[in-house]
Amino acid sequence: MTYQYAKRLPVLLAVLAALLLSGCATKQEPLYYWGDFQSQQYSYLKGDKGPEEGIINLEKVREEAKSRGKSVPPGLQAHLGMLYGVTGRTDLFEKNLLAEKSLYPESAAYVDFLLKKKQQQKVVTK
Amino acid sequence: MMMKRIFTLPLLGLAAALLLGGCATHQPYDYSNFKEARPASILVLPPLNNSPDIQATFGMLSQTTQPLSESGYYVFPVTLVEETFKQNGLTSPSDIHEVPIKKLREIFGADAALYINVKDYGTKYLVISSETRVTAEAKLVDLRSGKTLWSGSATASSAEGNSNSGGLVGALVGALVRQITDTVTDRGVQIAGVTSVRLLSAGYPNGILYGPRSPKYLKDGVPAP
Repeated sequence: MTYQYAKRLPVLLAVLAALLLSGCATKQEPLYYWGDFQSQQYSYLKGDKGPEEGIINLEKVREEAKSRGKSVPPGLQAHLGMLYGVTGRTDLFEKNLLAEKSLYPESAAYVDFLLKKKQQQKVVTK
Repeated sequence: MMMKRIFTLPLLGLAAALLLGGCATHQPYDYSNFKEARPASILVLPPLNNSPDIQATFGMLSQTTQPLSESGYYVFPVTLVEETFKQNGLTSPSDIHEVPIKKLREIFGADAALYINVKDYGTKYLVISSETRVTAEAKLVDLRSGKTLWSGSATASSAEGNSNSGGLVGALVGALVRQITDTVTDRGVQIAGVTSVRLLSAGYPNGILYGPRSPKYLKDGVPAP
């Protein structure tokens, strides 16, 4: 009995060690496909990249997310819409903001606020 | 054999104690406001910057979306939010932090706002080593009730896990080279990313709780079984 116990001990210790090491860090599958969205946000905030480059990159991230069956993260489509807005493509501004709202209804009030503002700007410039 | 048993039992006991104690904290955070409010969406305001590096506000701001989203929250697009403030004449984080919560709720429709204060950001040349460190504090405020739901702080450093080796000259050269790459590759924002993950990820002791979009929603904040 004692002998068998001693024999199993290394295995037992190894299992315990593994449990210890993995203890708090239960790895979880990410909820979203991110691509380089955060560094795109940083570049935009710093103002060191034009909107066109951002548009190309984020459209790519959206494609990659789709092919992996993952959702794009909160804010990605709204940010993309804003970049289209900067380049004067109002239709794509609206389309992407509505996509943000339909994927994330939490954004509804803000998206409506932004669309209303764009509408007012259009009226003023006409 | 008996000797072995005497040795191993306390060892197993110790391992078990470590296991059980691993995730526990000494002073549990009071989550009663958080649990009452259960926000679904978070508006991250441009962080205050108490460091000498002007990149700190945007560096930190750009790194907040991922940890909060992966914790189960809707995070408002930080770039658009910043533009909205700008269009309303608000460019400095300290002015933005003064905006009445009622107004924030009205425009953004967010359940909660996150107020961040960057205490430390950037690279210091310290004779034989250079270090990039980012330290930040954060406070989550419910925009419906005005209550503080959670607050915390975190730090990250490029020197973590670095060990001294290679003599003084090697260390000096290493420090110089590191100093260059630190600034050129914008190491600050990378370290800010680590700080942000530590500060704003759910599932850590005294951290924020999981949000509604996480499969772990409502399963945290209670002691592990």
